[in-house]
Amino acid sequence: MSSPASTPSRRRGKRGRGSNPPTRKCSQDARSPPSQKRRTDDSTSTGDLQPMPTSPPAGGQSPSGPDALFSSPPQFRHSAIPLDFDISSPLTYGTPSSRVEGTPRSGVRGTPVRQRPDLGSARKARQVDLHSDGPAEDVVATEQSLGQKLVIWGTDVNVASCKEKFQRFLQRFIDPLAKEDEDIGLDLNEPRYMQRLEEINMVGEPFLNVNCDHLRSFDENLYRQLICYPQEVIPTFDMAANEIFFDRYPDSILEHQIQVRPYNALKTRNMRSLNPEDIDQLITISGMVIRSSQLIPEMQEAFFKCQVCAFTTRVEIDRGRIAEPAVCKNCNTTHSMALIHNRSMFSDKQMIKLQESPEDMPAGQTPHTVALFAHNDLVDKVQPGDRVNVTGIYRAVPIRVNPRVSNVKSVYKTHIDVIHYRKTDSKRLHGVDEETEQKMFTEERVEILKELSKKADIYERLSSALAPSIYEHEDIKKGILLQLFGGSRKDFTHTGRGNFRAEINILLCGDPGTSKSQLLQYVYNLVPRGQYTSGKGSSAVGLTAYVMKDPETRQLVLQTGALVLSDNGICCIDEFDKMNESTRSVLHEVMEQQTLSIAKAGIICQLNARTSILAAANPIESQWNPKKTTIENIQLPHTLLSRFDLIFLMLDPRDEAYDRRLARHLVSLYYQSEEKMEEEYMDMAVLRDYIAYARSYVNPRLSEEASQALIEAYVDMRKIGSGRGMVSAYPRQLESLIRLAEAHAKVRFSEKVETIDVEEAKRLHREALKQSATDPRTGIVDISILTTGMSATARKRKEELAQALRKLIQSKGKTPALKYQQLFDDLRAQSDTAVTKEMFEEALRALADDDFLTVTGKTVRLL
Amino acid sequence: MPCVADWLNNPFSIVQGIFAQNVPNSDWEKKVTEYFREKLKENNATNWVPSLNDVPVHYLKPNSLVKFRCMVQDMFDPEFYMGVYETVDPNTNARVLHFGKYRDVAECGPHQEIDLNSSQTVTSERQTFYCVPVPGESAWVKEISYASQARVSPSTSYTPSRHKRSYEEDEDVDLHPSKQKEQHMGSGGDIHGCVEPKRLETEASAGHHLISPNCSPPLDLNFPLPGEKGPACLVKVYESWDSFKVNDVLEVYGILSVDPVLSIVNSEEREATALDPMECMDTAEEQRVHSPPASLVPRIHVILAQKLQHINPLLPACLNEEESKTFVSNFMSELSPVRAELLGFLTHALLGDSLAAEYLILHLISTVYARRDVLPLGKFTVNLSGCPRNSIFTEHIYRIIQQLVPASYRLQMTIENMNHSRFIPHKDYAANRLVSGVLQLASNTSLVVDETQLEQGQLDTTGVHNVTALGNLITWQKVDYDFSYHQMEFPCNINVLITSEGRSLLPSDCQVHLQPQIIPPNMEEYMNSLLTAVLPSVLNKFRIYLSLLRLLDYSISDEVTKAVEDDFVEMRKNDPESITADDLHRTLLVARFLSLSAGQTTLSRERWLRAKQLEALRKARLQQQKCVNGNEL
Repeated sequence: MSSPASTPSRRRGKRGRGSNPPTRKCSQDARSPPSQKRRTDDSTSTGDLQPMPTSPPAGGQSPSGPDALFSSPPQFRHSAIPLDFDISSPLTYGTPSSRVEGTPRSGVRGTPVRQRPDLGSARKARQVDLHSDGPAEDVVATEQSLGQKLVIWGTDVNVASCKEKFQRFLQRFIDPLAKEDEDIGLDLNEPRYMQRLEEINMVGEPFLNVNCDHLRSFDENLYRQLICYPQEVIPTFDMAANEIFFDRYPDSILEHQIQVRPYNALKTRNMRSLNPEDIDQLITISGMVIRSSQLIPEMQEAFFKCQVCAFTTRVEIDRGRIAEPAVCKNCNTTHSMALIHNRSMFSDKQMIKLQESPEDMPAGQTPHTVALFAHNDLVDKVQPGDRVNVTGIYRAVPIRVNPRVSNVKSVYKTHIDVIHYRKTDSKRLHGVDEETEQKMFTEERVEILKELSKKADIYERLSSALAPSIYEHEDIKKGILLQLFGGSRKDFTHTGRGNFRAEINILLCGDPGTSKSQLLQYVYNLVPRGQYTSGKGSSAVGLTAYVMKDPETRQLVLQTGALVLSDNGICCIDEFDKMNESTRSVLHEVMEQQTLSIAKAGIICQLNARTSILAAANPIESQWNPKKTTIENIQLPHTLLSRFDLIFLMLDPRDEAYDRRLARHLVSLYYQSEEKMEEEYMDMAVLRDYIAYARSYVNPRLSEEASQALIEAYVDMRKIGSGRGMVSAYPRQLESLIRLAEAHAKVRFSEKVETIDVEEAKRLHREALKQSATDPRTGIVDISILTTGMSATARKRKEELAQALRKLIQSKGKTPALKYQQLFDDLRAQSDTAVTKEMFEEALRALADDDFLTVTGKTVRLL
Repeated sequence: MPCVADWLNNPFSIVQGIFAQNVPNSDWEKKVTEYFREKLKENNATNWVPSLNDVPVHYLKPNSLVKFRCMVQDMFDPEFYMGVYETVDPNTNARVLHFGKYRDVAECGPHQEIDLNSSQTVTSERQTFYCVPVPGESAWVKEISYASQARVSPSTSYTPSRHKRSYEEDEDVDLHPSKQKEQHMGSGGDIHGCVEPKRLETEASAGHHLISPNCSPPLDLNFPLPGEKGPACLVKVYESWDSFKVNDVLEVYGILSVDPVLSIVNSEEREATALDPMECMDTAEEQRVHSPPASLVPRIHVILAQKLQHINPLLPACLNEEESKTFVSNFMSELSPVRAELLGFLTHALLGDSLAAEYLILHLISTVYARRDVLPLGKFTVNLSGCPRNSIFTEHIYRIIQQLVPASYRLQMTIENMNHSRFIPHKDYAANRLVSGVLQLASNTSLVVDETQLEQGQLDTTGVHNVTALGNLITWQKVDYDFSYHQMEFPCNINVLITSEGRSLLPSDCQVHLQPQIIPPNMEEYMNSLLTAVLPSVLNKFRIYLSLLRLLDYSISDEVTKAVEDDFVEMRKNDPESITADDLHRTLLVARFLSLSAGQTTLSRERWLRAKQLEALRKARLQQQKCVNGNEL
């Protein structure tokens, strides 16, 4: 079969085989007006711009005679089938009896072709023989004589070979690298698209999505043709797909014939790079939907009826116009044809504005927008706010000629006819979206990153690249660096423990003006999914999610807050201490379970919030009081504090060497030129890529030695405390250690957590503990400050004081009542350390609990 | 060689000529730009080109060469146009090639038709910017720039007459008759005098202003600042549009297009929307914004465009050229007397407080010279506290600043203002444009925030957003534009001066408490006389001084670095509380601007000590203030 047949004789022959579907191409070929369409390579766009032919197209002829074959194209919407189906037409290929009996079997014969407005009005693809440059009239002749040299006018597409190649692709293509999420349920070793066709047969959705990348790896030339001449090649693909499908599943019932929807064309990714060369080509761009119009019914075929003789005719849309027949073919009355609206055919259409995604935009410019036209099924598939990848044909249309002036506005209007949508964030709320998460890394980039990872001092390098304008605080930067990398995600759902937290939470506290906010800002700017909130300004609702009624649709919509939005990212919370109690309580769930439960306004759900939290808090007394513990200084509940893996104090160190280095650093900041700075430090972009790469590709697991080292470390930590009768480590600390060690392994791009990772994790953890969990009274690191809010020594002191008081009272002999003030003074005189009133009262309370005494007003009675 | 009038009045004839000569190859475009570049280089040639800032559109000849100094307010989508097209005469079949560049409408003769299918057709791409005059541009900038404007008008009927009055605020004229007069004298003194009686124009301008808002349907021209006037313009850029950014200040030379056809096409399209689905792509709002009537928003097809470093007309536009170097060195030689005079002037303006005046100079020459990751370096926001409440003092301070800097705006921080005005630009998706806000300002604009006006009251959501945005602007020198689905960060470089009674609620780099030495019985009179007293030529020197010093480079030698280090360590040793890293930051900034203000591009030991001294004085004052009024701060 060289091409869709255009002569009745050939057609009849095919009917015998019963395999060739009557595509609209048949009718188009015959209908296409001679020598109208000319394509030039430099400006393909203008090919479509020519004015309408003045004479009505050949297809508008009388339906009687053999021409009827061509003039009644079988493009019916399914709803119209029973009404308009022309049983007598040979085009249906079905025997009248089979239809009359009403058996549902249809196959290729019964399945109507649905128009593809997305491919535009250029349904007049003519074929020409490459060798005979002859006039178009003898197309039919050439077609019959040669078969192979035929190409569609203006292109190098040979329909037959194109179809054949595509069929081969469908039948044979096996994706060697298949791992896309949509492959679930597919046998990877079987031809991929045959399975898809089977799916179509079962599900009944007559659309075949074809990944252009697959096509390219299969047949480069076919791919090129698809990109360059989509509006000729895609119908050919349709044809090929239908042939195969109905060959295999002749009994299948579909709404209409299968339409092929290519996606993922590599032509263009970015809206900004669209240029005049892309006109009429297949492109894929990404962006965000910002506006969608109402549904527009677009007339596909007009139905005209003669007012005089009731003769009817149909006229197809051509380049957006319907040419009204001026003369009735039947009775030759002029201007007697009237449009019958409800017998004309319409298709759905929608205008959508797509805006460049923020990541694609160069700094300092405003985003570009582009208009999309969606047709039929694709109408209302996307909502404003959706991030989509759109595959379609780029079009340029001249702005209409002003009829009164011969001048034309010299500007074209551009739009994209959508063929395929792919939402990029539809799964945002449900799971890790690999597609967007895995940034595209070029080979070279990966090479550079790997090279970097081999450097011995990569850890130090990266940490110094982090916020270079902030001076020193090496350990804090290292901590944040590990936080950026995160631990490995572990899933223990089957053992009933659910997901283990992989994210590392960090709290920075310290004097105001120690550039905590600056660090937070930096991190927020660095990570792709960072959120920045201030404790003062956020409410629980703003952090979590709230339910809103959409004013237009009256639909309940879940609006997500900062924590959910930073899923897989980092949520920076400034002024953590100023956050009110109820807001903070939301964080409890997020910081350990990594989920967020919502129950409001009829929506009950659990959202993922696998976010790391980087918080900054100021001390209550505006200045850090070194005589108090961390808890006392920042007044945060210890339940929350214990959920932070690392708590750092950012204090102003007071030593000369530090001051000197700080001064030098600051001075250099004030005169170095921008270029110098860039040389000195690693680029922010490299750092960002490095982290993104490690996060998505490196998943370290604990090695044997490392786990031993971790066990030892944990046992050691517990031992330290046990000697003094207190516990200095809890399982939470062990988990922290594991996470830190994993993150450190990730920094090295290592798949194994080794002892050095554990060493560093231990060091950092100890460092942070030293800063935040040191008991100011004893100078000993005491984890219970963080876990119970009171150090073990403090507890011990309290007990001792109570004992001392008891002794004091007992030494006074048998007095039933004591004066409160007197007792307090005596105790103070006796004790060698300062005793505050609070301490005294606490001791009294402790004794009262022991039923030793009661306090009534200003007297203390013994029992 | 065509005469002057030709390339000014009828640039199309030149383009056509070049096009006809080089038609098969595409380098005619380059030759056109080259030709005009050469032409404009000739002495004073730029002054011959009428400016759209100055001359009302209806005085300008369509399709003539104009210039326009503007800020890019918004960028529209790129458009495809017919770069080259062919017309055909249906009778004779004669084919003629035309160029579509620099045109809105593809022209063809009366008996010709455009052959849309010609193989000769070249589709090209161009970018449209929506430009507005530089927001907050001071009156003196306009006067001086266009005073030198040639009235040697090339055309006879369209005299680009001077029109400066129209852009000034009327109250300005009323309140400052003396100032106005003296400015004219000023421009007369400096640039070959062209003090023209402006009666002629005032009539015209008054008419213009009355008519334009009333006759046309109200079209929001989208100026960032309320009460701005002047033409907005659609600037079509043909080359390297990627190098321009939103808020850049440009000077463009190009062909003015006010073809009424543009508007006709519009209205037709609007009527036709119901019929043709192709046309309903854009909503009516979008239509209005993207193709407004040409009489209100003219189009300029850019031949040459350049980014401006500054808009001070007293300075050469580009400081790197040879002749401007001599200008700079000449000025630098007499720098110290200028500085002394300016200090004196500002001291008087600040009621005799020389310390505050010193800080005000430092503030006025500060500029963000680099960004270290997120941290902007070189911003120096001054909070002038202790300003008398509800007096006209702050207003006059602003008047004086307005006289000194090329662009400025006074933001009155009232509850009403904060709750109701638009600070942050936001994207209007219905009209597909960026709706401007007060904080969309060009680089180096002085923003004077008047907090003395603030009363107790309730801020609503907008108010909170506005205050946050203002705070972000001060701390990070960036504004997050609202794109409704996401926010986008636009870095900026705006000098913020906050006047307040107590310490401002906004963050600031440095708080200076005003200590008036003299309390004039009549503030109004005092301030006015101050402005009258200063000679126009001196005023111009102040202006040059402030603009020029901002552009100088600066460095610190190793030696001084060492000294600063030692100093810091020493101070910390004695009393760790006395100086923190923040203080060092600030002192270094003060030292930087102090050096620059004296024309020195490196830090010397003396300057460092002086900077420390200034800081000590300032801090002592704050301390004192705290003691006097325990509640404050």
